[in-house]
Amino acid sequence: MSGFNGYIQLVYVLVAAMFVMGLHLMNSPATARRGNQVAQAGMVIAVVATLILLIHSGTVTATGWVVIIVGSLLGSAVGLWAARTVQMTAMPQLVSAFNAVGGGAAALVAVYGYYEAESRVTGVLGTTSVFTVLDVLIGSVTFSGSIIAAGKLQGVIPGQPIIFKGARLVNLGLAVVAIGTAAYMFSTPSLPALLIVVLASLAFGVMMVLPIGGADMPVVISLLNAFTGTAVAMAGFVIQNWALIVAGALVGASGSILTKLMADAMNRSLANIILGGFGTGDSAIAVEAAGDAQVRSIAADDAAIQLAYASKVIIVPGYGLAAAQAQHGVAELATILEDRGIEVSYAIHPVAGRMPGHMNVLLAEANVPYPQLKEMDEINPEFARADVALVIGANDVTNPAARRPGNDISGMPILDVDQAKSIIVVKRSMGTGYAGMENELYFDPKTSMFFADAKKAMAQLTAAVKTLVG
Amino acid sequence: MSTALLTDLTIFILALLVGIEVIGKVPATLHTPLMSATNAIHGIVLVGAVLIGVTAHNAVGYVIAFIASVFAAANVVGGYVVTGRMLKMFRRKSPPAPGQVEGQPELAAANGHKGLKGLVNRMSRTES
Repeated sequence: MSGFNGYIQLVYVLVAAMFVMGLHLMNSPATARRGNQVAQAGMVIAVVATLILLIHSGTVTATGWVVIIVGSLLGSAVGLWAARTVQMTAMPQLVSAFNAVGGGAAALVAVYGYYEAESRVTGVLGTTSVFTVLDVLIGSVTFSGSIIAAGKLQGVIPGQPIIFKGARLVNLGLAVVAIGTAAYMFSTPSLPALLIVVLASLAFGVMMVLPIGGADMPVVISLLNAFTGTAVAMAGFVIQNWALIVAGALVGASGSILTKLMADAMNRSLANIILGGFGTGDSAIAVEAAGDAQVRSIAADDAAIQLAYASKVIIVPGYGLAAAQAQHGVAELATILEDRGIEVSYAIHPVAGRMPGHMNVLLAEANVPYPQLKEMDEINPEFARADVALVIGANDVTNPAARRPGNDISGMPILDVDQAKSIIVVKRSMGTGYAGMENELYFDPKTSMFFADAKKAMAQLTAAVKTLVG
Repeated sequence: MSTALLTDLTIFILALLVGIEVIGKVPATLHTPLMSATNAIHGIVLVGAVLIGVTAHNAVGYVIAFIASVFAAANVVGGYVVTGRMLKMFRRKSPPAPGQVEGQPELAAANGHKGLKGLVNRMSRTES
């Protein structure tokens, strides 16, 4: 490593440290913005250092400069536009799209490295090839898989699992082709072989995500995030750049942690989700209620009385709330209750939404102060003290059947909604959640069902509380 | 195994462990911004994309460099901007309702608690 490159590497070490510090500051909402700014500053330093390196190398052609600068500006403009205009409900799609381009860029770096080494006739170093191959494999799978995931989230591709006969055989075939060709490359360096790996990996990515249902998206996005990080770290090995290695490892760690959290929160193994075919699309498929079951329905006025005279209310939001765009309505109702001195908090299940933590962002956007947003472990002991638990668009995560063995959701961590003194469930119909089973909570004598679309229900409840309390 | 490779591997493993330690402490409330911030961080691949320029001297090189730059730049810029946008929404207190902005100092003064609340709100808004 020559002196000059050594100094640049030193800058990359600083950048890596700034990424770690930035992520560390993300451990509290109060410092998180500063964390993002620190990481951002690190990125600016890295880019400037790289440009200095490019100028110093003196080998970048005029065309090369144009290509890099125009490409970067174009990409920045697209990224900026997407980031500024995206709806918070569409965050998972955007994150997925960024996973796709990140993975794609990482794969391209390795493809180019291989192409360049080959054209120099010096041959390909054995170790380079391992990381090159891993980068290309993971990066390509991430690229196509994330595009499919984004398509499903956006509704361009149907959310329900797409399964056809022999799909697993096709997957197996693609995996064998990709890995087999990669293995062949170690003995015989060959560019066409690398292209076969790219194509097989791209196809595998598509096939991997297609059969996964909409409700499993939090896991899939987290997993693809971990993949992208790993691909970027591999690209770091290929071009021997520490900033890429550290940044990639950090993202890989983050994605893996979130994947595990999400899978645990759904009580399903990763293998089970990837092999898929279980989760349906959205959870609004109406199924006739079991004949002998007794549910009590409630009108807006009565529900308003319960809410207005409570001293502690816990709101339990689920994806149905976001789907109905009712988050602002909920926040409005909560504000009125709070003005009456009622203690209001929100119980957020880890998988309430389409990506980890999604519901928190949706509620924050509706101006709900973050101290009111409680995690499952924090809020569960509080249900016993709550006069009313108001469940909106959440289903399986409130089903007490999960505490008993012997059913589809046994062992799944749930919110202890049934411990509350009374429960109001806002729901369009008696339809089951994506686990496809009846929610025992609805048949609890303490529970009243308020059958309405979440957004309309919030408007009605707010109006009723207002007239009630003047 | 070369020293360079060994160094790279050491850095990778240590960074993984640091990542697990640091990210394990992030509360669930911030998981979406976290994921979007890490998303922006993996945009560091822009460095790799731009470095293609050092040796790219033909059409293949240029095309790959171009696509990789577009992808990575979109990743970096979009990731940071959207993370910032999200984090700006996380407030400790709800902001004043539209309509009672600023112009009601007498109301704030009438009630010490509300006055403090208003002050905090104003501070957090100037911050954002």
